[in-house]
Amino acid sequence: MKNNILVIGGGPAGLEASAVLSRMGYNVILAEKEKRLGGHLAKWDRLFPDQTPAKEVLDGLLDGIKDVKCFTETDVNSINLLDRSFNAMLSNGITILADAVLLASGFDMFKAEKKEEYGYGIYEGVMTNADMEQAFREGKTFSPAPKAIGFVHCVGSRDEKAGNPACSKVCCATAVKQAIEAKELYPDANVYCFYMDLRMFGRHYEDLYLRAQKSGIRFIRGRVSEVSETAEGRLLIKAEDTLSSRPVKVTLDRLVLMAGMRPSEAGHKVGRQLNLSVEEDGFFSARDGFLSLQKSKLPGLFYAGACTGPKTLPDTLHEARSAAMEIDRYIKENFRK
Amino acid sequence: MIDFGFGVSPSSRINLDKADKEKFNELAIAEPDVAKCMACGSCSASCTAAAFEDTSLRRAILSLQNGLCDDASKLLSHCMLCGKCTMVCPRGINTRHLILSIQKIYSL
Repeated sequence: MKNNILVIGGGPAGLEASAVLSRMGYNVILAEKEKRLGGHLAKWDRLFPDQTPAKEVLDGLLDGIKDVKCFTETDVNSINLLDRSFNAMLSNGITILADAVLLASGFDMFKAEKKEEYGYGIYEGVMTNADMEQAFREGKTFSPAPKAIGFVHCVGSRDEKAGNPACSKVCCATAVKQAIEAKELYPDANVYCFYMDLRMFGRHYEDLYLRAQKSGIRFIRGRVSEVSETAEGRLLIKAEDTLSSRPVKVTLDRLVLMAGMRPSEAGHKVGRQLNLSVEEDGFFSARDGFLSLQKSKLPGLFYAGACTGPKTLPDTLHEARSAAMEIDRYIKENFRK
Repeated sequence: MIDFGFGVSPSSRINLDKADKEKFNELAIAEPDVAKCMACGSCSASCTAAAFEDTSLRRAILSLQNGLCDDASKLLSHCMLCGKCTMVCPRGINTRHLILSIQKIYSL
């Protein structure tokens, strides 16, 4: 008998876990709320640190789920734990009895308009990291070519007042990558990165930083405090250059805000029905922080990816594979005696 | 002119729009490694002159990036070219050579 496994979320974590579970011989059902599979990856152009096209990675993930039953534009309307299986009703009217559930609900982007002082949605030249990726993906260039472009790190990350005190982990490398790409596209533009500290923790990330420095990108240590518009419709940016302990101002044509990661609202909807516990940061809490990272406190309910906190894409894929292993072990121990 | 005892303090704000980027680009061509500085402070920490006079290569590079050539000049004027900073720079910048190039290009 093939056991049913329900995977909630069709981003990288959900896709990779589904692929592994389906190779193991399970009957995998994947529910994705959006029209397209791939989550945020499907909206990205290139990935740090080596600018691999996001599409290449996504196609690789999609190759693995040929035997998975995928429902897109489908919400989980209700889910509850019966004796030892889960009963889930999907918004497309289908009811699933699953022996294990993988929650891979990922993250939502921080809403940059909440940081009103940066002027997102107010000034035309202000955009987010996601907007920038979309422009890259669509091959859209700004005309006239911008003479100066700025990147603001930590927008809605490391910001207690914005309700997001944690580091979103991926924005530093994303900012540096996008700054390099902007400089490649507009070689005559002055490119600035406003950072508090650069968290280039991964393999090859520091090389990316060095490459950015060599291409002439200016790194200013200090958080942008306010953005206003000049009479010519350009953006006036104020910050402190904390390395020289002096306030600094610069006029830019484009300002890119590195919006951080927030817990997924759709994930919370599922979590509330199962009484899953979340930590102070709003992300789900694993059973423990070392040995049972993929397990929730509920038997049969597993986590993978950014639903338990900000993660890079490789981290997310590792978690997806280990969640599949944990699910396999759980099924063998509980359903095949 | 009557002195009323009021004055306007000059702004301490750095205006990057007015920073001389041409000179800095000239320096970056002669000394590409200047772009590699990550402001760690090893050079200033090991500086023999800094114990006595306000000397710092890190801050001098920053001043040049910010278009403040006079500040850079002051921060390098007591350098004795001992080369200790070259030994400690983790980015492998030939700081001694860089200081000489700064002085040449900016005619300090």
